Amino acid sequence: MKPKQIKDHTGILSSIFAIILGLIVGLIILFLCNPEQALPGFATILSGAFTHGAKGVGQVFYYATPIILTGLSVGFAFKTGLFNIGTPGQFIIGGFGAVYVGILWTSLGPAHWIVALAASVILGALWGLVPGILKAYYNVNEVIASIMMNYIGMYLVNWITKSYKPLFNNLRNESKNVANTANIPKMGLDKIFPGSSVNGGIIIAILVVILIWVILNKTTFGYELKAVGFNRDASKYAGINEKKSIILSMVIAGAIAGLAGGLLFLAGTGKHIEIKDVLPSEGFTGISVALLGLNNPIGVLFSGIFIAYLTAGGFYLQLFEFSTEIIDIIVAVIIYFSAFALMVKIIMSKFVGQKNGKTDETGKGGTKS
Amino acid sequence: MSVIYFIFQQTMYFMIPLMIVALGAMFSERSGIINIALEGIMTMGAFTGILFLNLTGKSMSGQLQLIMAILISMGTGMIFSLFHAYASINMKSNQVISGTALNMFAPAFAVFVARVIQGVQQVPFNNTFRITSVPVLGSIPFIGPLLFQNAYITTYVGILIFVLSAVVLYRTRFGLRLRACGEHPQAADSAGINVYRMQYAGVLISGALGGLGGLVFVVPTSTNFNADVAGYGFLALAVLIFGQWKPVNIMLCSLFFGLMKAVASSYSGIPFLSALGIPSYFYKMVPYIITLIVLIFTSRNSQAPKAEGIPYDKGQR
Repeated sequence: MKPKQIKDHTGILSSIFAIILGLIVGLIILFLCNPEQALPGFATILSGAFTHGAKGVGQVFYYATPIILTGLSVGFAFKTGLFNIGTPGQFIIGGFGAVYVGILWTSLGPAHWIVALAASVILGALWGLVPGILKAYYNVNEVIASIMMNYIGMYLVNWITKSYKPLFNNLRNESKNVANTANIPKMGLDKIFPGSSVNGGIIIAILVVILIWVILNKTTFGYELKAVGFNRDASKYAGINEKKSIILSMVIAGAIAGLAGGLLFLAGTGKHIEIKDVLPSEGFTGISVALLGLNNPIGVLFSGIFIAYLTAGGFYLQLFEFSTEIIDIIVAVIIYFSAFALMVKIIMSKFVGQKNGKTDETGKGGTKS
Repeated sequence: MSVIYFIFQQTMYFMIPLMIVALGAMFSERSGIINIALEGIMTMGAFTGILFLNLTGKSMSGQLQLIMAILISMGTGMIFSLFHAYASINMKSNQVISGTALNMFAPAFAVFVARVIQGVQQVPFNNTFRITSVPVLGSIPFIGPLLFQNAYITTYVGILIFVLSAVVLYRTRFGLRLRACGEHPQAADSAGINVYRMQYAGVLISGALGGLGGLVFVVPTSTNFNADVAGYGFLALAVLIFGQWKPVNIMLCSLFFGLMKAVASSYSGIPFLSALGIPSYFYKMVPYIITLIVLIFTSRNSQAPKAEGIPYDKGQR
């Protein structure tokens, strides 16, 4: 088990390395804009989430809920050798499913929100199914197919929402409110974090994280999915139905991203499907969350909370007349450097058994070529 | 007849940026580097170009100003794409991840800087660049109204880039070497070609053309820049694949996609299309759906560069 431990160690180190570099770049940008406010502004990014105590912590969990799941979707697909860049499409189509059921199927009573969430899971899965089939049977690159599905999903949702009267709020150019019974119950969290928007969604998200962790690490099914990701031909030779595995991976990844959309739009916080031709940012943030969390379900949980924490702190930046986009810049820089980190890991795995420490040195050694 | 001219002129506004960006991406992918950062590169190029138009709006106007903005956009795109080149060539990182990072960075950066400079995120500009009719050429029957009326200088830049790309890729030593690096970098290396340098060239060309494409997209279709290019970078990626990494096919394919975009944006003003009653969302979705279908039919016989997306490592065989 020794090599594996070293590898994990490197992964976490390189994530931390990427985070630190990202924060430094953020600080430099703040300094360039306004040297006097830079330090207090930066301190706000790091601690702003706690400004309102328990309420602030609740908000962090609320922001974290959808991005943990989109991150899990990307991370899960990565573990099975697929890059699911289709999370924005799966997210919005899943959100649409939840909103549709939430507005129209009002006779369901207490089960309403569960059915609405199920709708989001099914539609998300459907949006993952298409790239999955294309990959398995036609060998179409899943990145390209997913990007196409993103835009198809976005335009389709806008089209249906806008043209179907019961769904559309004409005055605000967005979807109508869902019925109260469709909102996810608070599950007692409003008592722990009074005044915040947190709801049962975070509990559902954590349960899904655990479920995926179990599937990946403790079941034959998960092992097969990972095996196909490592080597499709070898897995086929070993008797695994590799087409089925690829399709199921994408379906599960899509379902998780769809659920993320459902949880956001059923949170009862005034979130609506806005009719504008822009892909939802939660989907792309999922890629960041997954990379930062090393594609490990538990890692994704923490990195999702971390990015939500930065985002929550970022809101208070407006007090210092900085715009909140600085958070997106920091996260983008973190991702950029975490791409470097993958190389650190590859080199480490080459040196496993020969060298132990010196992670960063080996990483930088490779830059000169 | 005037309807046809109108649609065609509109199509050009949408087609030219798509074609420029896709041709740029072609150079990158033909050298073996996947570039999904097109959207981000376009955003950065459009941002600096439009910002230049905005800042010099009081003292300059007309074609000279536009040409300077074009150069600035190309330079910005090039510098920005250097980050992608460094990550994917030197650091051998996952090219899709580095591209995604650039895509996330660009709009955030554009909004942030715009707010710092002028308080709001929209950057407005004065459009003084439309050529109502090119002297002499504009009065040629049929071709005149199609190509030389209500046009922009960028249209001709785009056509020039198309011709140049086709020639460079297939008729020059540089083009041959670039293609070799995308197909079999080890073989190219053993023939004495510096693979890293060719890949840098490929990515930088895609950066310059991507930045230019961003500006070319925003100028005719809008009056301000709001930190996005409406998914055009991803659409250009679709064009590239649909066009099977070949200049002429890319041109035809961007013509088709441009037509769809033009119809989606202006169909209500075109009598026989608005009579059909098909909503604009349908036309917006069509390019993506068709790309998916084309992918199914072409993937078995894909013309994609063989070594695309695989970091080149001298030590490997």
